[in-house]
Amino acid sequence: MSALNTAMLLALLPELLVLALMGVVLVADLAGWVQGRKLGWLTVVGLAVVLAVSLSVAMPNAAGAAVWGNTLRHDALSFVFRMLFLLAAGLTIFFSMDLPGLGDRGAFYLLLLASVLGMMLMAMANDLIMLFLAMETATIPLYVLAGFFTGRRDSVEAGFKYLLFGALASGVMLYGLSLLYGFSGGAVEFEAVARGLSETAAPRWAVLAALMVVLAGFAFKVAAVPFHFWAPDVYQGAPTPIAAFLSTASKAAGFALLVRVALVAFPGGTMPWWGAALAAMAAATMTLGNLLALTQTDLKRLLAYSSIGHAGYILMGVVAATKLGLTAVVFYLLVYLLTNLAAFGVVTVLERNTGSPAVAHLAGLYKRSPWLTLATLAAFLSLAGVPPFAGFVAKVWVFMAAVEAKLEWLAVVAVLNSIVGIYYYLVVLKVAYEYDPPADAQPLQVSRPVVWALAALAVFVVVAGVAFGPWFGWGQWAAMALFP
Amino acid sequence: MVTTFVFVVAAAVLLVAALIAVLKNNLVHAAMGLVVSLFGTAVLFVLLEAYFLAVAQVVIYVGAIAILIVFSIMLTRRVGAQWGNQTNPTWPFALLAAGVLTVLFALMVRGWNPDQALPAAEAVPGDVTARLGAALVNPGGYVVPFEVASVLLLAALIGAVYVAWGGRKAEKSTQR
Repeated sequence: MSALNTAMLLALLPELLVLALMGVVLVADLAGWVQGRKLGWLTVVGLAVVLAVSLSVAMPNAAGAAVWGNTLRHDALSFVFRMLFLLAAGLTIFFSMDLPGLGDRGAFYLLLLASVLGMMLMAMANDLIMLFLAMETATIPLYVLAGFFTGRRDSVEAGFKYLLFGALASGVMLYGLSLLYGFSGGAVEFEAVARGLSETAAPRWAVLAALMVVLAGFAFKVAAVPFHFWAPDVYQGAPTPIAAFLSTASKAAGFALLVRVALVAFPGGTMPWWGAALAAMAAATMTLGNLLALTQTDLKRLLAYSSIGHAGYILMGVVAATKLGLTAVVFYLLVYLLTNLAAFGVVTVLERNTGSPAVAHLAGLYKRSPWLTLATLAAFLSLAGVPPFAGFVAKVWVFMAAVEAKLEWLAVVAVLNSIVGIYYYLVVLKVAYEYDPPADAQPLQVSRPVVWALAALAVFVVVAGVAFGPWFGWGQWAAMALFP
Repeated sequence: MVTTFVFVVAAAVLLVAALIAVLKNNLVHAAMGLVVSLFGTAVLFVLLEAYFLAVAQVVIYVGAIAILIVFSIMLTRRVGAQWGNQTNPTWPFALLAAGVLTVLFALMVRGWNPDQALPAAEAVPGDVTARLGAALVNPGGYVVPFEVASVLLLAALIGAVYVAWGGRKAEKSTQR
């Protein structure tokens, strides 16, 4: 039995701290020491401490190392994603804190922390067992969170729908993983799976079919076509901050795991049609997502379809399977995560004030709350990929990665889709700026934590668009984990 | 030869019981079908010489979980009543999709004899169960997945308690 050492503990330090924070929140809630929205502050401060401690003592070197019996990889790629998940959880709490029935319940914070823990482990997973367990740990709390308003029909429906789709996707994926385990001669580690599959006598087509079955699980997690059906319904019914968390952190976690599986366990060219299948999926995802978003009148559904479209753009970087592609994926996810959180933050405010997230309720927002409209402008223009904002830079890099990998056709499809995207994002802004507000309109009530979070996110969207160097540097550092 | 015979019988029982579990409209009958199919799985584990898993399967699934399911059905519903169909009108399409997939997989692995391709399983020296236990607590083994499973269960427990009780308090004041 190998002994425990400091390096192993340091590698797992962020997760251990999140687990400790879960314990603190659980005890504080059950014993009644901290109640209601103060639990939110406790969790946010805890997450900030975890983030600060991890950044100061637990940074890996870029190439990293496999730890804990090769079940986990502590490298730049996993580290960047883990810090992102902590940040996303903190921002989600800022948006939820003042929502009655959500921000005043201990269960919400505990489930959110458990889900974040699962996502962090997804980013680190280095074998098939860890992959599946981490994915379940991240997803199962989200089923409950999506149906958190147990008194509301649409929320319960969202939770139940997510549970049914999720359970099916995990079952199918587990079946595929067991087939891969068999075909590779009993290997669980990603590198060993790659070795085993390159030597296996099993027919290539059977291996490819098993791979496709596994891919279905990932496609569900990142909401890629043809496994995207759940997204609009679940986003619409789920509490808005949870929808934000689902469309950002949960999607990023899916991609964190997918890039590692795609690039380590099935490196380019080992499998016929594997890259082509991913490319087809990317093209279908961005086209369908953007086209369906055109007709939406509900902001949450619009953002759901737009998030499906963005999954398509990000998949492009995965298909490229180059250093630039991986850098672009990480940078895109960073920008998309923060931008989309801002967009959903605006929806949270709108829904709280007007009772529904219909686009029509944005009418005259500029005359009612000019600053909030400015944040909306930054978020939506960045999602559309308009130049001074961060979303533009992110798009340029994934397109470049596709062109560099000789996938010009995919880049052309993506550019056409971006044009479609600009239309529906601009319609939202047109309603907010040009239409007249209802006669009895008041300025929207925005709670303090939401103001801070939205301000920080809007500033980031502008700064990262103008001076993208440092953030892009994080992407490059992360990519060095797989492309030294 | 005997192994093959036992396998065929156990697999047949398992499949029939699994069909009962998903097709019977009476929930108690469906639960009984589930118990039998879980037992069939335990027999398959024995055939694979995974004795510990077989015992765990019987104790945990057949013993505890199945009983829990039956109790919760009996305590919450009127026993013997009809609860409507388990299937919805799209079941022929699901059957078709499953059938096509099965045929495809069968065609793909046709001609592949795994017995020739794989090295024979090595006999594991020593007490298998002890080694399994050690691997689950060994930092160089599977201690992280093992502990993550307990975090997962804790989260599921919190979620279940919330859905069962916490929601009732929420109903009064819920609005977004």
